[in-house]
Amino acid sequence: MGDVSAASPVEVEPTSTPDEITVLAVPWVTIVWNDPVNLMSYVTYVFQKYFGYDKKKAEKLMLEVHQDGKSVVSSGSREEMERDVQAMHEYGLWATLDKQA
Amino acid sequence: MSGFARHRRSKKIIATFSGLEADLLRSLAAQLVELLRNEAAVPRDDRDPFEAMMDFSGPTSEPEDPVLARLFPTAYPDDEEASSEFRRFTEGTLRDGKAKAAITIIDSLEEAGLPPELTEEGLMIDVELDQPTAETWMRSFTDLRLALATRLEVEEGDEAYWDWLPDDDPRSQVHDIYTWVGYLQESLVDALSSR
Repeated sequence: MGDVSAASPVEVEPTSTPDEITVLAVPWVTIVWNDPVNLMSYVTYVFQKYFGYDKKKAEKLMLEVHQDGKSVVSSGSREEMERDVQAMHEYGLWATLDKQA
Repeated sequence: MSGFARHRRSKKIIATFSGLEADLLRSLAAQLVELLRNEAAVPRDDRDPFEAMMDFSGPTSEPEDPVLARLFPTAYPDDEEASSEFRRFTEGTLRDGKAKAAITIIDSLEEAGLPPELTEEGLMIDVELDQPTAETWMRSFTDLRLALATRLEVEEGDEAYWDWLPDDDPRSQVHDIYTWVGYLQESLVDALSSR
């Protein structure tokens, strides 16, 4: 490790355009869609187990899926959402990912 | 039948199946494994042949079989390229995982005494599962139900149709199996959720 000198505050010139900043800042979301097969109790269990949500939150999301046809169940980077979608598919749920609206 | 329960003392997840029930579950699981292994996972071949040879990963297009298409849905509905990439990197692993889970059901049943061929009448199979194995069964039940439902073309709110269908219609019988596995899965979720 080299010598660490005290850094003085540096003026940072914004080099990103507003569009680039927006793209970097927009997270992705995982959406779970309703299907006629999956049991409500199973979907709730999966949300608790995989995401670590408490029962109340898991049930709320499950009911959104059931009643609204879909629900956003997590958000984050694209890589994180791909992992979540893959996990949902492991559990037999129908999930997709998208840029947050 | 009573489905799954958590044993008060051992905390294991237990269930008792008749020989016929156990044999049926094994058959369903085996059919799923067959399906997962047989549809050739072929990468789209509109690339440079050398590149195609060097590619050790998986399929890029949606499976043709509707059951597999449901088990491995498209992740980016509006972006075919991103979907293909996602599929290429994940479908193989998903396929293997689901096959392993179905094989777990078969192994558990055989370890509990289900013979290769069912000849004995009145045979009862007592299954005792630890938590992780029970969770694997639970996940695999979903895959089995998805497979059955896809073949039957089950739709939301179609109970009246299935009630109306005559009992001796083969589709009605398969639907009864589908309902039964749903009942088993429900009891399994309950048992796993209990302390």
